[in-house]
Amino acid sequence: MIIEALLAFTLASSMLVFGVPDRYAGKLATGLSAVPLLGSLWMWSEFSSDGNALLADDTVAFGNTVDWFRFTFDTYEWTLQWNVGVDGVSLPLLVLATVLTTLALVSSWTPIDGRQSQFYGLMLLMETALIGVFTTLDFLLWFVFWEAVLIPMYFLIAIWGGPRRKYAAIKFLLYTNLASLVMFVGMFALIFGLGDAISTLGFAEIAQALRGGELSGFAGMEPDTLRLFAFVLLFLGFAVKVPVVPFHTWLPDAHVQAPTPVSVMLAGVLLKMGTYALLRFNFTMLPDVARANAELIAAIGVFSVIYGALLALAQRDLKRIVAYSSISSMGYVILGLVAFSPHGMGGATFQMVSHGLISGLMFMAVGVIYNATHTRMVGDMSGLADRMPYAVGILLVGAFGYMGLPLMSGFAAEVLIFIGAFESTVIGGAPLFTAAAMFGIVIVAGYLLWAMQRTLFGEFAVETDYEIGRAPLHDIAPMFVLIALIIALGVQPDIIYETIQNAVNPLNDPLALVVDLGGELR
Amino acid sequence: MTDFGTLPDWAALGPALALGFTALALFVADMVYPKRPQRELFAGISVTGGLAGLALSVWYLVAGTGQAESGGAIQLFEGTLVVDGMSLFFATIVTSVVVLVTLASYDYLVDHPHQAEIYSLTLLAATGMVMVGMSNSFVTAFIAIELSSLPSYALVASLKENRGSIEGGLKYFLIGALSSAILAYGISLVYVSTGSLQFGAVTEALSGGVGGILGLGIVMILAGFGFKIAAVPFHFWAPEAYEGAPGPVSAFISSASKAAGFVILFRVFVDVFPYEVVEGTVDWVMAFQAIAIVTMTVANFAALRQEKVKRMLAYSSVGHAGYVLIAVAALTGEASGAFVLGSGMVHLMVYAFMNTGAFLFIALAEHWGIGRRIEDFNGLATQAPFACGAMTLFLLSLAGLPIGGGFFSKLYLLIASVRADVALLAVALVLNSVVSLFYYTRVIKAMWVEDPSDDLEIESQPVGLYTALALAALVTVLLLPGFGIAVEFANTAAKLVVP
Repeated sequence: MIIEALLAFTLASSMLVFGVPDRYAGKLATGLSAVPLLGSLWMWSEFSSDGNALLADDTVAFGNTVDWFRFTFDTYEWTLQWNVGVDGVSLPLLVLATVLTTLALVSSWTPIDGRQSQFYGLMLLMETALIGVFTTLDFLLWFVFWEAVLIPMYFLIAIWGGPRRKYAAIKFLLYTNLASLVMFVGMFALIFGLGDAISTLGFAEIAQALRGGELSGFAGMEPDTLRLFAFVLLFLGFAVKVPVVPFHTWLPDAHVQAPTPVSVMLAGVLLKMGTYALLRFNFTMLPDVARANAELIAAIGVFSVIYGALLALAQRDLKRIVAYSSISSMGYVILGLVAFSPHGMGGATFQMVSHGLISGLMFMAVGVIYNATHTRMVGDMSGLADRMPYAVGILLVGAFGYMGLPLMSGFAAEVLIFIGAFESTVIGGAPLFTAAAMFGIVIVAGYLLWAMQRTLFGEFAVETDYEIGRAPLHDIAPMFVLIALIIALGVQPDIIYETIQNAVNPLNDPLALVVDLGGELR
Repeated sequence: MTDFGTLPDWAALGPALALGFTALALFVADMVYPKRPQRELFAGISVTGGLAGLALSVWYLVAGTGQAESGGAIQLFEGTLVVDGMSLFFATIVTSVVVLVTLASYDYLVDHPHQAEIYSLTLLAATGMVMVGMSNSFVTAFIAIELSSLPSYALVASLKENRGSIEGGLKYFLIGALSSAILAYGISLVYVSTGSLQFGAVTEALSGGVGGILGLGIVMILAGFGFKIAAVPFHFWAPEAYEGAPGPVSAFISSASKAAGFVILFRVFVDVFPYEVVEGTVDWVMAFQAIAIVTMTVANFAALRQEKVKRMLAYSSVGHAGYVLIAVAALTGEASGAFVLGSGMVHLMVYAFMNTGAFLFIALAEHWGIGRRIEDFNGLATQAPFACGAMTLFLLSLAGLPIGGGFFSKLYLLIASVRADVALLAVALVLNSVVSLFYYTRVIKAMWVEDPSDDLEIESQPVGLYTALALAALVTVLLLPGFGIAVEFANTAAKLVVP
């Protein structure tokens, strides 16, 4: 019931915050968001289950299933369920979401100076939906939350964003909604193909039925064609969210226009919805298709890594640089997932958390600098280190995290992914893909160091009319929390890695595939 | 029939009687206070009457009156009227809309000189709409349709000083009269060929073969209903009438009147002219497939180009008629008929709340006296966040996003068309929903994102309109978790009608 309590409390908080006067909204929302944060941390401390929630029935922690209503027609009878619970994959992401929301709320105090009660209400509404996304285990229920994330996000960009916010927000809404639709069609094709083989739309039941080879044809497609068809639609749908090149064009616009705390949420949590869904759907429900096309998927991942990094290299706007490097980092996740090796899958999930923290830190640091200088252009400022020592130091830490400095979580994540990809038996020519992906790190280090050197050091020169001083404590404090988390995870990845591994390892085991693939299983 | 407890059979007409007597009570009240309009009294009587009708409908529906488990449909007056799950389901829709609309009218009509007339006309029309759902013969159906239409014409034209209202009313009246004539002619052709007007007797007579004259009659009846539900190509009156009418009246006719048109269409085509029997002469499933797809597509693309919010909603309302038509267009025999028909019925139920809510928001905007164009709504959310929040909810639910019941009802229609093997319907439904998101978001964007113009000043928060909006929003949201209950009633009701 803890999950229901968190959902209900966060939703109620959001409604409450909508109703309070603007000047109390920020502090109130932050205070209220401590409850889901502490709740999820409590769940973390109590969590002790092993295995993947989709593959074995007794692995769901804090689970609760209540029949919602029945879909009855013809020979089918599917019960729609209120089905929530977490496992080692979703719990770290749930904690990530609640941690980042609270920190993002604190970092909103300075930049958000109008219509505060609506802003904070929408942030909490989005947190509710995010909690739902990472805890629901029934397809339609999950889809409700999945879509519910988009609507607050649209308003958050469109109302509080930069000069081109309207364009960016509508682009975000249409891209991601179309993607949801494509994914929805793919999923329902599978559900229809399963027909009588399932009695609910629970993830576990769908995954087990699909892995058990119970898919029959649908709309004139043979089961094998249907698998491929659904896999492609699901992949396309989630690829927009991740985003994977070439479906990434909404991301820089959304990031650049969004206010800092919204960027933090977007990069830190919303992108992870895409990779989380890829893991849950494509790689858990249709692993045979993923394995059969592993090289192609790995190539897409590596291409995202390199292309995203090259795009970042070409930017002048600090926020754009961070946005494009997110695309690069998400490429590693794809590569890790498709490796189907212990460290590949685990590293990919670890990277989701790690990147959430590091990108959140980077966006906050850039935001603090922007609050002071009112510019983000690399060429327009230099020597900031003298005037804003804390903010600059933090930005450097974030940049080193991105580059994968040892003892920070980014290093652990990337090393794990590289080991996983290297030892992959699923991707043909795995060492080559790994080597190509590693090259991405070099580019990242190149452009980040270059940008840092130009903006932070040297003679102080900023073309701005604003007085540049130290940032207030409540702008800096959330970033120290993030740094602490990043270093903690870098020094001791096992804080979460062990739990993640327990949950993803069953996915790597080809024997867990009961389905008859005509002997093509590698 | 005797399973109706201790109440006599005629009590099954309760919802219609409640509305009808309320209309009469309003006449009396108006006679008592002829000089000064008694706003509170008239609105109070109307809302009470609407609530009584709603309570009776829901009670009967829950108690299983006239449904399979309690002995089947209750036939009254020599079988010219019938009360079954379907008629009660639609009575629930109509009475709910009446409650919302009369609540809203309390504020909307604040300076109107003829208040009692408007309330009583609304209730009379609603009586007709409930009776349409209870008709079991072409005669009662025709009379009930006229009883619902004639007051509606007057209602649309009730803003006597307003050009748009008069024009819309006149157009609605002329085209309504024409469609009634076509319908009556079609009915006469059916009578000529079958020798009967009773629904059951007509169906029996069909076994003797379906001739060309009967076929022509069926086609004309189809066209007549097409006008009532405003399906393309019989829709051209709808944008003018919906736009010209006072806001609450637009809400009323675009939700309740449409539902009434659909209930008789469902009953006549599914029950009276079974597809298997008339297929050789009139392939109405095919016809409805074409009409449904054309209606959705034409209406949604027309809505894209509108600059006035109310007119855009009018086209969106036409588009939703196209979605509901899937309920008959997918009756190919491949999928369970009760499921297909039930999906359309439940979509009408959800639509009744979200569409009424959206039009009532327009009524609120008219009450405030802000303009009709999308730009006129700019920044409205800074002044009236609650009302704009409700409107956003209605629009997103109309688009089919899963924050209101509209998501599930569209999903059901989608499943129905996929199961019926009519891929084109499914594709049209999905693509048009995407298109609709585009124009709905224009309004949302104007309200929340754009900066308000300097002269935007909202001075009042009328209690009746706000209550109606809040109720509509509440039901729209509750129909997401509570969708199972609604669809259960729809499916049970549909089972009795689909052979």
